[in-house]
Amino acid sequence: MGILDTLGFSKLKEGLAKTREGLVGTVTRILTGAPKIDEDLLERLEESLIGADVGAGVAGEIMKGLRRRLKDTPPADVSGVLPLLQLEVTSQLAGSGPASADPFALPPARPYVILVVGINGVGKTTTIGKLARRYVAAGNKVLIAAADTFRAAAGEQLEIWAKRAGADIVIQKQGADPAAVAFDAVAAATARKTDVVIIDTAGRLHTRVNLMEELKKIGRVIAKQYPAAPHEVLLVLDASTGQNGLQQAKLFSAASGVTGIVLTKLDGTAKGGIVLAIARDMQLPVRYIGVGEGVDDLQPFSPADFTEALFQA
Amino acid sequence: MFEDLSRKLDGVLKRLRGQGKISEANVAETLREVRRVLLDADVNYKVARQFVDDVLRRAVGQDVLQSITPGQLIIKIIYDELNRLLGTQNVGITFAPMPPTVIMVAGLQGSGKTTFCAKLALHLKGQGRFPLLAAADVHRPAAIDQLEVLGKQVGIPVYAERGAGAVDVARGALEHARQSARDVVIVDTAGRLHVDEDMMREAEAVKTAVQPHEILFVVDAMTGQDAVNTALAFHQRLQYSGAVLTKMDGDARGGAAISLRATVGVPIKFIGTGEKPEALEKFHPDRLASRILGMGDIVTLVEKAQEQFDEEKAVALESKLRKAQFTLEDFMEQLQEVKKMGPLNQVMGMLPGMQRMPENVTVDEKALGRIEAMIRSMTPDERRKPQILNGSRRKRIAAGSGCTVQDLNRLIKQYEQMQRMMKTLSKGGKFGRMARGMRIHP
Ligand SMILES: Nc1nc2c(ncn2[C@@H]2O[C@H](COP(=O)(O)OP(=O)(O)OP(=O)(O)O)[C@@H](O)[C@H]2O)c(=O)[nH]1
Ligand SMILES: Nc1nc2c(ncn2[C@@H]2O[C@H](COP(=O)(O)OP(=O)(O)OP(=O)(O)O)[C@@H](O)[C@H]2O)c(=O)[nH]1
Ligand SMILES: [Mg+2]
Ligand SMILES: [Mg+2]
Repeated sequence: MGILDTLGFSKLKEGLAKTREGLVGTVTRILTGAPKIDEDLLERLEESLIGADVGAGVAGEIMKGLRRRLKDTPPADVSGVLPLLQLEVTSQLAGSGPASADPFALPPARPYVILVVGINGVGKTTTIGKLARRYVAAGNKVLIAAADTFRAAAGEQLEIWAKRAGADIVIQKQGADPAAVAFDAVAAATARKTDVVIIDTAGRLHTRVNLMEELKKIGRVIAKQYPAAPHEVLLVLDASTGQNGLQQAKLFSAASGVTGIVLTKLDGTAKGGIVLAIARDMQLPVRYIGVGEGVDDLQPFSPADFTEALFQA
Repeated sequence: MFEDLSRKLDGVLKRLRGQGKISEANVAETLREVRRVLLDADVNYKVARQFVDDVLRRAVGQDVLQSITPGQLIIKIIYDELNRLLGTQNVGITFAPMPPTVIMVAGLQGSGKTTFCAKLALHLKGQGRFPLLAAADVHRPAAIDQLEVLGKQVGIPVYAERGAGAVDVARGALEHARQSARDVVIVDTAGRLHVDEDMMREAEAVKTAVQPHEILFVVDAMTGQDAVNTALAFHQRLQYSGAVLTKMDGDARGGAAISLRATVGVPIKFIGTGEKPEALEKFHPDRLASRILGMGDIVTLVEKAQEQFDEEKAVALESKLRKAQFTLEDFMEQLQEVKKMGPLNQVMGMLPGMQRMPENVTVDEKALGRIEAMIRSMTPDERRKPQILNGSRRKRIAAGSGCTVQDLNRLIKQYEQMQRMMKTLSKGGKFGRMARGMRIHP
């Protein structure tokens, strides 16, 4: 694990540093250019929140909170605005971040079953490879279930990731029943004394009723054999997602009981601000972030770092 | 949502009635609502601001007619403005004067490039072209396998070189296309971030190596505010000629398309509406404008219903063929269907199992017209039971259609031959498939 941790947040910051020339104005630039705290400044701060995909509604609320703070504890000059704004945003993210001190620590249940869901192409399979690698590196026996039996070469892709991670894989023919694959994996894990089972599912749009039913069935079939499972249901969200992300969180939660979010592709210029709305409306914590395509590019989510990045030039 | 917007606008604008003209002051609140709708639809905030300013400029001074509500008038102006911004008509693929046409597909990770490549290949095949897919994503795990599986699904060859670099694969594919007379090369590239210098350089190198006639930038319809950054950065590096909006089968409003058009200005050429290779549609600006405003995709629905109808007819025809009840009436219907589809050389290429038409063979379209005229001159009974065509009936038909009796005799003989042929073919169901293939690609 040690090697992985040395990566720290440098990669995220590196990616973010490149946004400096981006079209979306950043708060720091706005703040350094502004002579005084006035309506114009506040309006531009609000726009930069919107530019980070926070959404007009949530941005409006954050600004309301900021105004309150500005009134209660007026800063001496413009530079005092940013800390207040960060405080306001971080308060929206309460509950996010790793559940325990060690972000990749496993709760005691064995096998510990993690179901990974999300719309198409967000990074589910890649995240599973990265996550498996973390658990294997910590000395766990990991089994990956290839329950995406639909997408072309989804199985081949996952096999490569399983190899990279040093995990076992349960895989069936393309077109097989995904619930059966999940069932077999959990059964095999119980028999083989596996520590962690991670189930990959096919990308599906949350609006596809029959596909969401299929997801429910996967959950039911696992629980029938192992009532406490799945212990964790991770919804993978692409950081470049706009306001539709909230709808994704709502419908996936309804179908599969999402317990946490993984925000991927934060190594680009997208900020992933939609998680603020998700955290607020649904109390869904963000657990991990994806910052690249490599096996080590998964990091625990830190509300403070995320907030800072949101406003970083 | 549209009703929402229009109700809100009506409320805000009620007091406008009787004021006669739209002024900056009296629509400020309305435009705030409009801006909010655009932001909720993921239009970039800078683009939204600009847009609202433009609408205001156009709206100020206009008379509020008694016949419609001010809200409706504003929506009309907004809708027109959105439409204008999105480009007023569909723009298709530009083909090279000398084949092969090279189409390069690029974009962010997971946007839907590989799937789109397969969809485009199928679409072009349906138009009688002979595409080759090039697996130039040499980075993503199993990217080549994915394209090969998709290629098999749509019946299009895939060029791959395991272990080679993207530039070599693209170049090799082009060479292979020339040798095997494929007239379009579709180059799938790896997903990349616009801030990844090495990967952007690779894309530029692929472009330089194969000089694409068309570069398509693939964007996920769910993309938020960042769409402007990526669209711009990719355009600076690749000068792409068109965009594709994927995953439009979801409930995202697709405001990213507005951002893209406003910042880069290239036409959006296609939309992806599902995971299957058939789920590709031409882009219709007016429909997206309605969608962003929340007006519902009525036109698309109507067309879908239409397609469904055509398919049902085709299925009925297939069962007729199986029973060999193929009448002259069906024959004529088929002819009309064929004529609707465009130049015959192309149509023939669309039929599954048909080989490419040799260049110098031309189909006599006039002959088809004569056949149609003869069948039209028959009574419904005669069309269904040609065996009742005696001498006097034949004379009448010939005179009525301006043809000779010999022409008619030839037609009947051909028809009988065809019927016999179909009896044999229909045992394997092959012709049925053929007939259906003809209907599905109008
Ligand atoms: N830059 C970057 N790319 C990522 C990240 N996570 C995933 N990707 C890339 O995103 C693309 C899609 O990733 P997948 O893991 O296949 O996504 P998926 O959700 O499993 O996709 P489907 O199964 O098709 O729905 C791949 O090209 C990945 O390499 C990330 O954190 N950063
Ligand atoms: N619902 C829906 N899914 C789509 C559409 N287009 C692509 N997909 C899905 O989106 C996911 C990603 O598609 P890919 O074609 O692999 O995307 P890509 O851009 O090639 O991904 P990378 O090569 O990893 O960058 C897959 O699960 C596809 O099935 C679409 O129009 N609608
Ligand atoms: Mg996957
Ligand atoms: Mg791809």
